[in-house]
Amino acid sequence: MASKTRKKQQATQVDQAAGQPNGQVVQLQVPSKPIHFEQTFETYPAGAYTHEELGLSREDLLAIYRNMLLQRRFEERAAQMYGKQKIAGFLHLYIGEEAVSTGAAWSIKIGHDSVITAYRDHGIALALGMTANECMAELFGKIDGCSRGKGGSMHFFKAEKKFFGGHGIVGGHVPLGVGIAFAHKYKEDGGVCLTFFGDGAMGQGTVHESMNLAALYKLPVVFIIENNQYAMGTAVWRAFANTEFYRYAANYNMPGALVDGMDVFSVMKALRKYVALAREYQPSVLEVRTYRYRGHSMSDPAKYRTKEELEAKKKEDPIIRLKSYMLQHGLSTNEELDAIDADVKKEVQASVEFAEKSPLPPLESIYEDVYAQPDYPFLA
Amino acid sequence: MAIMQFREAIRAAMIEEMERDERVFLIGEEVGQYDGAYKVSEGMLKRFGPKRVIDTPISEAGFAGLGIGAALNGLRPIVEFMTFNFSFVAFDQLVNNAAKIRYMSGGQFKIPIVFRGPNGAAGQLAATHSTSTESVYSYFPGLKVVAPSNPDDAKGLLKSAIRDDDPVIFLESELMYSMRGEVNEDPEYLIPLGKARIAREGEDVTIVAHSKSYWIALEVADRLAEEGYSAEVIDPRTIRPFDFDTVVQSIKKTNRCVIIDESNPFASVSSEVAFQVQQRAFDYLDAPVLRVTAKDTPAPYAKNLIEYYMPSADAAYEACKKVMYVD
Ligand SMILES: Cc1ncc(C[n+]2csc(CCOP(=O)(O)OP(=O)(O)O)c2C)c(N)n1
Ligand SMILES: [Mg+2]
Repeated sequence: MASKTRKKQQATQVDQAAGQPNGQVVQLQVPSKPIHFEQTFETYPAGAYTHEELGLSREDLLAIYRNMLLQRRFEERAAQMYGKQKIAGFLHLYIGEEAVSTGAAWSIKIGHDSVITAYRDHGIALALGMTANECMAELFGKIDGCSRGKGGSMHFFKAEKKFFGGHGIVGGHVPLGVGIAFAHKYKEDGGVCLTFFGDGAMGQGTVHESMNLAALYKLPVVFIIENNQYAMGTAVWRAFANTEFYRYAANYNMPGALVDGMDVFSVMKALRKYVALAREYQPSVLEVRTYRYRGHSMSDPAKYRTKEELEAKKKEDPIIRLKSYMLQHGLSTNEELDAIDADVKKEVQASVEFAEKSPLPPLESIYEDVYAQPDYPFLA
Repeated sequence: MAIMQFREAIRAAMIEEMERDERVFLIGEEVGQYDGAYKVSEGMLKRFGPKRVIDTPISEAGFAGLGIGAALNGLRPIVEFMTFNFSFVAFDQLVNNAAKIRYMSGGQFKIPIVFRGPNGAAGQLAATHSTSTESVYSYFPGLKVVAPSNPDDAKGLLKSAIRDDDPVIFLESELMYSMRGEVNEDPEYLIPLGKARIAREGEDVTIVAHSKSYWIALEVADRLAEEGYSAEVIDPRTIRPFDFDTVVQSIKKTNRCVIIDESNPFASVSSEVAFQVQQRAFDYLDAPVLRVTAKDTPAPYAKNLIEYYMPSADAAYEACKKVMYVD
């Protein structure tokens, strides 16, 4: 079942895992001259790519536009519903970052490739084609939610989309992404795993262990650092000695690249390349620079940043950018795009009604799915 | 039947299950080229190759999480911790990811993984290298915890653990690895998780003890027998889920219970067993439940101190005499 190239790659894993290549004697040396490294990292700036070079049709562009807008409108409604106390707990909004999720989802084979992320997960869920209904119902804590009301905002899951969550511990899910990729390689099914995490997670040891393991075992994983400049109220430069996160790739002998996450074309351009590399068992690290418009969670007034900073970023809005692009290139009209917006709003409104109507999980379900074992003897 | 060391029984279980199911693989520090820090996986790299016997860097959180991710995506990993003391570096992976993802996903994913390795004290290794983790891990709904006391149970239980669709913490012991015993060689010999073994029948007192403590229980039972008392010794084998029924049935006969548990005493396996016994068998008890545990301190280094720290046969013997009111 293995292709020839995969067999070859498997052999590399052998060398890596089983010690010195070909049993040769390895002696550590100290050279007499200073050591000088040159490192090159690709960049994917905003506004640099056209839909033609990405091979996107008008229909593709409309679908991408609609998907980003769906995430935006969904979360705007979710925020409202939080205010009405229909949604409780932590609610972290992704608004402003939609080009990252949509661009990524449009760069993989959904249901074949895998995706895992942190708790700011509504955007990627909707990008992968999970329905607004099941997502809103989960926020409402209802039985028809994508995690049957057991996960909430931070813990969306969808097995059939190979969406492995939705994880609440900063950095804790990153090794899982590596393991998911490990299984893709082990099964030789050709899948890759996109492993998303925030800038804040770069402070966690698990992220660095994961990068090392992925590079060591040559696993089909793309690490995607969603650098939105803040971890709660901590700006990256207050937390990291080196804030150029793509550069960490070099420490683990992987390619790294810097991507403008406010332009869905830039995200797609980069992702396509590095997903293809991952399919050849070359992992990589992408730092995607993005921005969240809202506070960290619903209780955060975001006083640690200026209005000017926020307003400047909003001028780069990924949805407006795509809209202007389509209008400029005569690919759509204001009327058509407005109609899409109206349609999206309807879909989101319907999801609120769906979530309202969906029943609460029955109390007996508290004991369901703790174990696969059906007759586990819980203590009373 | 064959005579095997404990480590050989574990190895046999892993080999049989890896031959039976291609999705099973072994990953951990020194499991491959080095043949295992305690030689449990000796020869397995040669037999299965580096795709399925995988050496890792010293990254417990990383490779434990890798295992969980692989389990989520259809494989059945065996993750070896060099000792369970080092599992604390991976604590978040075990208690948040392995234990909870099935639940939080509404049952969409199963996590068939075994974390195995030596647990508990092993002589003068001092505090960081002597932790008994069964009380810690059995706290968490979503995990199963197994702690066998002999080679035959080790093999039958490990095979069941590997075939189980839930995450299993499988606790071995450095001090028992060289212990020999009869082992069933049938490749379909499975001991169900959650079932205790009545190791010795008796009338006068029930002793509950797992892993190394089980051997203390047998020693105490022998001493009591010399004096004309018969102790019933129960090895729970699985800590979570715990087979309280077997213990309660026994107490209905003996009306007395002593627990030997190498854990520290606070909020431990012995606390829970004692609570469950009083709840389920209060009317049958003729004496308070007593327990013999490690001291309520970190494990010390000095020979006399670590001996004093560990649950002893003398203390267990005294406890039995006390609940029988013959001290
Ligand atoms: C291990 C851990 N420590 C602390 C927290 C609390 N916490 C939740 S989100 C967060 C900030 C993370 O920021 P980042 O990784 O940049 O992601 P972002 O919120 O920007 O998407 C913190 C500290 C946590 N969830 N997990
Ligand atoms: Mg951030």
